[in-house]
Amino acid sequence: MTISQEDIKKIAHLARINISSDESILLEKKLTGIMELIDQMQKVDTDGVEPMSHALNISQPLRADQVTESDIRKKTMPLAPETQESLFIVPQVIE
Amino acid sequence: MLNLSLKQLSQQLREKAFSSEELTRFFLDRIKKHNDRLNAFITINEEESLSMAKKADITIANGNQSLFTGIPIAQKDIFCADGWRTTCGSKMLENFVAPYNATVIQNFNDAGAINLGKTNMDEFAMGSSNETSYFGAVKNPWNLECVPGGSSGGSASAVAARLAPAATGTDTGGSIRQPASLCGFTGLKPTYGLVSRYGMIAFASSLDQAGPMAPSAEDCAMMLNVMASHDIKDSTSLPHPKEDYMTSLGDSIDGLRIGIPKEFFGEGLDSEVQKIIEDAILEYQKMGAEIVDISLPNSELAIPGLLCHCAC
Repeated sequence: MTISQEDIKKIAHLARINISSDESILLEKKLTGIMELIDQMQKVDTDGVEPMSHALNISQPLRADQVTESDIRKKTMPLAPETQESLFIVPQVIE
Repeated sequence: MLNLSLKQLSQQLREKAFSSEELTRFFLDRIKKHNDRLNAFITINEEESLSMAKKADITIANGNQSLFTGIPIAQKDIFCADGWRTTCGSKMLENFVAPYNATVIQNFNDAGAINLGKTNMDEFAMGSSNETSYFGAVKNPWNLECVPGGSSGGSASAVAARLAPAATGTDTGGSIRQPASLCGFTGLKPTYGLVSRYGMIAFASSLDQAGPMAPSAEDCAMMLNVMASHDIKDSTSLPHPKEDYMTSLGDSIDGLRIGIPKEFFGEGLDSEVQKIIEDAILEYQKMGAEIVDISLPNSELAIPGLLCHCAC
């Protein structure tokens, strides 16, 4: 699979990033390279290979649904450039 | 202080040849003197490091020290350390002061070690040359024209230039082992799940693993003793009983079987690197190890697998 200049423009638009035509050519090369790696993996015959989710034989641990963390609001609030009481103020993104 | 191993530093601290404060100041002074050229550290907090050292000196004076009490360790800036700026090499986290400790940091604190500072790295660990850090490229102390490798390049540069007795790193696809190699010392990526990832900023979670970077295998074993722990805060942490990695250090390797995958000696291998590896194999043979030629036929899929995994 290859990536075209049109694909790059569409992805850039969806991601809301500005890219120059020079960058666009470079990105086409890089993304095509990634696609080639995927093609390389897709060529491998995996018939009869059992899916493996983990190299080690462990299962997902569960714990009691209890609060274990202390309140660290006093430490986290000053990290934001703008706050109001216990809220972070962010720029408006929806008109 | 300059060339002592971690074990020797511990012994000298216990025998009061010097205090932790003196030792910490010694390395802080070296950082001040050389960091401008190497750019190995992003954040130094002299006041906090020295305050930790003074506490360690009290512990030593009371005879309650453990092996790590009072030893300064440089921490890769990927680990959250309570009250310390933690940037992960990115402008996005330029002003982020971590509100809690990563388990790795907590384990070193509990062991009485001193946080010497936060080391430079590729931005969000995405790189293998340390040129992608927002805080500027790190230099290889052996040759300032060369990269130190990455992403744990700040830690590597700091250890190689002896700005720290040892440092932590993290490794997803080589980020401890490759810079340790490029800077000429020992680095270890432990078995996945041995070291907790809690508070360690993620890259590719199912591959990320923290490990030690230090001049010798003994130093690394001593560090791994502190770093490895079962942690309920990391669901992939192995429920593995604590081991002492230092006990087998002096054991004979007579009869040890070492597999040499032929695929690792393929296209693109530098002849100088090949010679060094072949010499090492001969050395192991002389020590009694059995060398076995093996094949790992899917090796060529490792890089495609890693890169696609990291992108997901």
